Amino acid sequence: MDTDLIAASVRASSPEIIVIIGACAALMLSLWPHQDQQKYLTWLSLITILLASAQTLQLSPRPVNIVETTYSGMFVVDAFATYFKMLLYLGTALTILMSGKFLQTEEAVKGEYYVLLLFALAGTMIMVSGADLLIIYIGLELQALSIYVLTGFLKTRGRSVEAALKYVILGAFSSGILLYGLSLIYGLTGSTQLGVLNSALATADLSEPMLILATVFLLVGLLFKIGAVPFHMWVPDIYEGAPTPITAYLSVASKTAAFAVLLRVFMGSLIGLEPLWSSGLAAIAVATMALGSLVALVQDNIKRLLAYSSISHVGFLLLGIIAGTTSGMSAILLYLLIYTFMTLGLFAIVILLHRDVRAGEPLTLFSGLAQSHAGLAFMAMIFLFSLAGIPPTGGFFAKFYVLVALIDAGHVTLAVIAVLLSAVAAWFYLRLIMLIYIQPAEPTTGSTAAPATGPTGHARAAILLSAPMRLVLLFSFSGTVLSGIFPAWFLAMARQASLSGLGN
Amino acid sequence: MVGLEHYLTVAAALFVIGIFGLFLNRKNVIIILMSIELMLLAVNINLVAFSSFLNDLVGQIFTLFVLTVAAAEAAIGLAILVSFFRNRGTIDVEDVNVMKG
Repeated sequence: MDTDLIAASVRASSPEIIVIIGACAALMLSLWPHQDQQKYLTWLSLITILLASAQTLQLSPRPVNIVETTYSGMFVVDAFATYFKMLLYLGTALTILMSGKFLQTEEAVKGEYYVLLLFALAGTMIMVSGADLLIIYIGLELQALSIYVLTGFLKTRGRSVEAALKYVILGAFSSGILLYGLSLIYGLTGSTQLGVLNSALATADLSEPMLILATVFLLVGLLFKIGAVPFHMWVPDIYEGAPTPITAYLSVASKTAAFAVLLRVFMGSLIGLEPLWSSGLAAIAVATMALGSLVALVQDNIKRLLAYSSISHVGFLLLGIIAGTTSGMSAILLYLLIYTFMTLGLFAIVILLHRDVRAGEPLTLFSGLAQSHAGLAFMAMIFLFSLAGIPPTGGFFAKFYVLVALIDAGHVTLAVIAVLLSAVAAWFYLRLIMLIYIQPAEPTTGSTAAPATGPTGHARAAILLSAPMRLVLLFSFSGTVLSGIFPAWFLAMARQASLSGLGN
Repeated sequence: MVGLEHYLTVAAALFVIGIFGLFLNRKNVIIILMSIELMLLAVNINLVAFSSFLNDLVGQIFTLFVLTVAAAEAAIGLAILVSFFRNRGTIDVEDVNVMKG
């Protein structure tokens, strides 16, 4: 009988097991000296992710409201987890595809890179499937520890290592805060399982100081992970210093997984405590959007600009949690999908324009792109329109459904503020589009740093679109455009995932 | 008689000392890593105290996991610190400032 239970648990977690076995295989392959090693590693990682996604789809619950709980209630397989896992596969696979060229330019081709990305993927998968605070914590740390190393992967570059150091310190600090909240919750309810917490907290006395303290610590820990104001100060530095594909991964996959945990814990188990956190969260959402949009206006580094842009997107996503309804949740799920497409697309273009870490990534990299590479310029424009939320693209519908959910839940003032702030945010995206289409390429921009390796101008002609890069651009571009043309189909998918009731 | 609240008070005090050590320290990155360790140990005291108070093993198992992860975190933190030192030749907190944040 026990063996049956164990077999069922292993079967439910087989996607995670596949990814971990793939990572171990990649680790061994990375020790094999061969000139095509990087190519094999890329293939191995992609095949691992494909196998895992096939297995996830096969395990996906039918009908959607079935929740399969295994490992004595610690691990769930439901439509919510399946949706998030597919999103994470997409984000990681595209990151791996866009890494090849970047690592070659930086002369940092090492097998461990792919191994760590696969381990990070396994960590995020465990996070979204965890139904126990212990499992969620372990997944979070597996992901975080892999990403710390990847952030400092360019060992000889000061900025990369500095970003890694800052990330380790602030990441460990936020884990400490989160853990303190977890320990208080455990003391109050006597359990770490989300389902038990839900029933134990349903009748709790909301004025008890311990409970308030526990909720605040838990919320602060998770808000740190998604980078909401006032816990955002690590975001710009780490985004700027990290290798660009890792920045893309951080802003997409890490954030997605942290949002999955936030949704599962706060809209599932702690929904009984809503009066404690909803007004605070509303203030944080508005502050996050405001700061992200306003500070982005004065940035002159493209990666810092994207960091602030991702902060303002987090503010928008938090509004969906405040709406507190199923439609709010499906709006968040849809938003995260579209956000993955448009952000990865834009990061792929940043990598294509990238010359050298020492030269940095000034905004002027983009200037005059339309003259030299009309196709790339057009794609960049669509991604930027989408990030700004301009109608024919997916980004518009992402924001639209969040606003609809917010108004349905009666938060009209918040919706008005959100619209006004996204108008501010649109300005800096439009500024980039202006650079691409109106400003001529300036060969002199490089003169302040290093005249010989001027980042723009003549060197521009050298952009080589390798096959993996084409694939990334194709995927993210079609995702951005299709979600703008057929938003209802994508929304139906997100709605199905959010109906599973979060495993309770 | 030493009760639950005594353990919780000690843990809270250690946690606050950890936070202060992290933010008031202007000298050395290693002290920051030690402060973080102090925070995690405070959490462990909390978990074990609750576990024994509730007669439930989960808290102690959680503690073992936290200890393991903290060790891994310290290893990675120190490794990154070594590579930072090779780049910069110093580990003073004031020198972690190429990027303004």
